[in-house]
Amino acid sequence: MSEKNKESKSRREFLKTGSLIGLGAVAAGAATYAGFSYESGKGSHDNLPLKESLTDTEQKIKVLTENGDLAEVDIKSLTPVEKGEFQTALQHQGREGIAGKHWTMVIDLSKCRNARMCMAACQNAHHLREEQHHINVLRMQDDRNSAPYFMPKPCFHCDNPPCTKVCPVDATFKRQDGIVLIDNERCIGCRFCIAACPYSARVFNWFEPKEVEGDDELLYNVELNVPQKKGTISKCLFSADRLREGKLPYCVSACPNGVYYFGDMNEDTVTNGTTGSTVRFSELIRDNAGYTLLPELGTKPNVYYLPAKNRLFPFQYEGKTTLDDEEHI
Amino acid sequence: MSNSLSKEKAKSKIDKYAADILRPMQSHGGLELWVLLLALGFVMYVFAYFIQLRDGLGVTAMRDYVSWGVYISNFVFFVAVSLVGMLISAVLGLLKQNWIKPLTRVAEIIALGFVMVAGLVIVNDMGRPDRLLNVFIHGRIQSPIVWDITVITTYVTISLLLFYLPLIPDLAFAKKRLKNLPKWQYMLFNILSLGWIGTPEQYKILHKGIRLLAILIIPVALAIHTVTSWLFAATLRPGWDTTIFGPYFVAGAFVAGAAAVVILMYILRVNYKLKDYFTDFHFNKMGQLLVLVSLVYLYFNLNEFLVPAYKMKGADAVHLHTLFSGKYAVLFWGVQIFGMLIPIILMLFKKFRSPGWLAFISVFVLIGAWLKRIIIVVPTLMHPHLPIQNVPEAFHKYFPTWIEVFVTLGSFVMALGIITALLKIFPVIPIWELAEEEGLTEEFESYD
Repeated sequence: MSEKNKESKSRREFLKTGSLIGLGAVAAGAATYAGFSYESGKGSHDNLPLKESLTDTEQKIKVLTENGDLAEVDIKSLTPVEKGEFQTALQHQGREGIAGKHWTMVIDLSKCRNARMCMAACQNAHHLREEQHHINVLRMQDDRNSAPYFMPKPCFHCDNPPCTKVCPVDATFKRQDGIVLIDNERCIGCRFCIAACPYSARVFNWFEPKEVEGDDELLYNVELNVPQKKGTISKCLFSADRLREGKLPYCVSACPNGVYYFGDMNEDTVTNGTTGSTVRFSELIRDNAGYTLLPELGTKPNVYYLPAKNRLFPFQYEGKTTLDDEEHI
Repeated sequence: MSNSLSKEKAKSKIDKYAADILRPMQSHGGLELWVLLLALGFVMYVFAYFIQLRDGLGVTAMRDYVSWGVYISNFVFFVAVSLVGMLISAVLGLLKQNWIKPLTRVAEIIALGFVMVAGLVIVNDMGRPDRLLNVFIHGRIQSPIVWDITVITTYVTISLLLFYLPLIPDLAFAKKRLKNLPKWQYMLFNILSLGWIGTPEQYKILHKGIRLLAILIIPVALAIHTVTSWLFAATLRPGWDTTIFGPYFVAGAFVAGAAAVVILMYILRVNYKLKDYFTDFHFNKMGQLLVLVSLVYLYFNLNEFLVPAYKMKGADAVHLHTLFSGKYAVLFWGVQIFGMLIPIILMLFKKFRSPGWLAFISVFVLIGAWLKRIIIVVPTLMHPHLPIQNVPEAFHKYFPTWIEVFVTLGSFVMALGIITALLKIFPVIPIWELAEEEGLTEEFESYD
């Protein structure tokens, strides 16, 4: 709970309502259900609360009606929604995205020391196998005379995404809040998007996904891409499920070194995942000469890098302080 | 007197056609062994594919970086070979190159065999073949894959018609001529010949229909291979990000297809004893055709490799170094030299356009064409814009596993199976066209 208290109240309220609205658009029943799930779920994965708990108290609950009004009803009058119906609602809100947002990430290369907490947190959240990286910390050096540095590489959620263009079945798509997601209930596993992505951001489930307890009963959440499915694509989702809860992405929160800023470009604010400080996005980029990767490809990424100057940690990897010639890009 | 003599001569000529061309349909020497071999290959395919379905695509050597391998290369090859149907029947046919007449059906059969299996090859590459229908339910017109499916289906349809229409008079002919046809085959011929009796009116309609299909198939055939090339050219990867991929692929396809036709002609010449139909003259002509298309292909290769090699622009340079002097140098130069340069030089001499030599050279050309597709697909995936790091060693290389080998062999087995069946069930040379060439249509139709 202490983590929740850290966040501002208004923001929490807003996102809570936001999640209700997202579902309310589908069906009133689904909205009611999701509302309940939000209150009782407490961040756990139990999307389906027990039926008994619906009837044992005189509790009132806030729900959103179909025309967008907030109402309070007796919890007794509620009936749980079928699993399939809730799945449809989840899929729908996942494809819609969060209205009014344009998510962006800023990665400060001068602070990265290859701690890889981001990679671990990400793999844990998305039930990835050891060799699957939604975010990958790369060792970079442009040429012999330039400095080596560590570069975390998530998906860039491009505004002109080459990956979604080529998908034959609309399994990967761009939402209104800028996030590029994958629907692994629909993906046919052709891997055209892997070929199309110039940043190698996508991974494939070549085998059965990692076994995680409870995955069998879990409803598929397109915003978390869990459970993973054999024969389908996966990639960084900007932790869309966390954003819906008003939290920062898994990787951003996990970083011990203040590398990541995350926020909404429309609000022009980004929050550092380590320090919690919120700064102006435009100022951060302007003052530090922020840039995007391979801009000449015209993909218009939503992830910005701050140059690896005045690095806090000297580059060191497996005893080496510089990269070999053939490793230069 | 002289009239009746020439009539006698005409009749004997038609009799010879019937004997030579229809006979192989009824003598099955060695067929059982060949079919057994194909069946064995098919069983291996089913076994390998079953394992792939059960355990996932991880049983292949493909991984997150080289995520397309021998399956996609093989798909490109299959589509490429099938293009020859259009080149021979349509382009040369419409140009009134009458020497192609005995070869048209062979070319169409190759086209059909390969293009029909091409669709299956791509399904073998899918991670979720169980969701194939999603392509039709959720298909996005913006995706080149959807374009590819559309044009390939169209090409299969037109190719089938272009195979079938010129078959009608021959079916009616074979039905009358072959007394001991099995009942099913007689029924089949009877139904498929659509009551053909060879009136001038029917011939007029037939010619019109064939001409229409020949015109129609040209843009569709160009489209299938151009769109297939766009599966690569529509990406931002060095090595694929080039504008000449469409014509480059089409030119390469003609090389592969012409070589395949030569090989099959040679097999039929020997096995079906069709020396009088696939003559030295025809091989000489096919040799010239193969030189011509190979030279066009060579020209595209120069453009594709030498222009970027002159500039050695960042990412392109990495790609070209792997091809010219790196990991893929042996394969690259092997294909260019033994699959293109030496064949071109040899085939410039008439001696090497004799049946035996030309078939021998064509085998090299065809194998080269298959390997060339690997060179087009795999190396590019091995050096993306950003470095490959923090992944197991297997992600850095690609060499097909035995599963991939058997699934790929299986696709050849299926294509050869279709080709064998068509060659066994139907006359392999359009007899009525030969008769027409000689002005013997009347005799061809008058048999009773």
